[in-house]
Amino acid sequence: MAIQRLFIANRGEIAVRILRAARSLGIHTIQAHSEADADMLAVRMADEAVCIGPAQAAKSYLNVDAVVQAAKDTGADAVHPGYGFLAENPAFAQAVEEAGMIFVGPSADTIRSMGDKVSARQAAQAAGVPVVPGSDGRVDDLDVAAQIAERIGYPVMIKAAAGGGGRGIRIAQTAADLAKLAPQARQEAQAAFGDGGIYIEKVIPQPRHIEVQILGDGTRAVHCFERECSLQRRRQKVWEEAPAFDLPERTRAAMCKAAVDLAEAVGYRGAGTIEYLYDAAADTFYFIEMNTRIQVEHPVTEMITGLDLVALMIRICGGEALPMAQGDVVRTGHAIEVRLNAEDPHRKFMPFPGVVGTLRLPEGDGIRVDHFLYEGYQIPPFYDSMIGKLIVHADTRAAAIDAMAAALEAVEIGGLKTTIALHKALAASPDVRAGRIHTQWLEPWLDAGNLAEPTGETT
Amino acid sequence: MPDIQSPVPGTFYHRPSPEDAAFKTKGDAVKTGETIGLVEVMKSFIEVTAEADGTFGGYTVENEAAVSAGDVLATLT
Repeated sequence: MAIQRLFIANRGEIAVRILRAARSLGIHTIQAHSEADADMLAVRMADEAVCIGPAQAAKSYLNVDAVVQAAKDTGADAVHPGYGFLAENPAFAQAVEEAGMIFVGPSADTIRSMGDKVSARQAAQAAGVPVVPGSDGRVDDLDVAAQIAERIGYPVMIKAAAGGGGRGIRIAQTAADLAKLAPQARQEAQAAFGDGGIYIEKVIPQPRHIEVQILGDGTRAVHCFERECSLQRRRQKVWEEAPAFDLPERTRAAMCKAAVDLAEAVGYRGAGTIEYLYDAAADTFYFIEMNTRIQVEHPVTEMITGLDLVALMIRICGGEALPMAQGDVVRTGHAIEVRLNAEDPHRKFMPFPGVVGTLRLPEGDGIRVDHFLYEGYQIPPFYDSMIGKLIVHADTRAAAIDAMAAALEAVEIGGLKTTIALHKALAASPDVRAGRIHTQWLEPWLDAGNLAEPTGETT
Repeated sequence: MPDIQSPVPGTFYHRPSPEDAAFKTKGDAVKTGETIGLVEVMKSFIEVTAEADGTFGGYTVENEAAVSAGDVLATLT
């Protein structure tokens, strides 16, 4: 039963992206929007639009009952969640299916098991995917903690079992450190969370973030190669590439195979991403998590493979079998994406929502801009600051960096402060060009003043 | 005394978190630079600070209200 009426439960650029994919498949589109988003581009483009609640996301895009009800009321037969909001909420996936509609993504059970750190790690291990060496759960005995640290090797991280967001993390360089820090970590965790349980995990020094795109139909899965997402600020990716640079072919093959093995082991349906930490010095990779949705940076994969990942996930979730074999997925050249955010990079990335003035976007072979802007559009302050993505494709990484630098010069988005200045500086950075980057590179580089305010800049 | 205006558009909060009390109540002393509220803009929380010493006259918009840049959020006397 192919999908005929698709409800888009998201906003911004990804709503536009889903609309285009649906349209290419001849599917009728129904766009959800909050009261603050009645003017957004996807609403203007869609066949139908429906208001799902007030501006605050908690009362609209995150309101499971309101979204499901609107989808039912408009006669949708499928719901695409995009990324963020409810995309990885198993209760939402379940509610959509219980209401008799197709959820464009994996089953609620898959989302649930991959969303839980411990069960995702267990699933990865069961599928033979390497994970960050650690205690495989909480450690209550300090002697056991010392034995584990000895086995996996120092430095090790001590994490509170009940914590989150990096709180209470300590690094022990030696056994003596561990003997001193582990009891402190336990006491602090007990005081903060009422649970003194701790985990021990190996520290991967200056890791790179490399992730593999997969597509699965519930039985069979293929990979669409990997992406390099090591340029991050506050754990948010800012610049992404495909393929990863300077990655030994054997390592690439192992990463991609492990991703396919895990996807098939969990009966994955739709588009998904297996994320790894990569220790370049040791040429070793470790599973960190699986994202059970389309990702922001999917276009770089589309540029090097020629696939339409969003259309494919809609077709597969509509009941088609995966329409290709692994050998059909081939890559050419190198692609780079930068995230354009409405933020002022010269003022600590302060959000800067405003009215879009003159809009000039580059066009041409090997250039793509995914966005939701038009002149006179008031960017609402209630949602994410990402306003678009600039993507380039060229024969080599060096040529792609040159193409990105040129494309950035050709972009004009009046009325807003944007992160274009950051990307121009990155494209000009010798470290970026030489691949001397890792996930802890960007923030110190910014702190060191590499983003000096240019004189006479106009916006 | 200058009123306290929102530096950015977004959602205004009287409290540091839903469980906490409001930053200020009417009659409290306020010092220059002190935080009297938060505005959530594009998932970031921006502190709203007083630009002068004074006595807090009260919030002029509701907790969790949508505000524009330059809107008066509270008065100082």
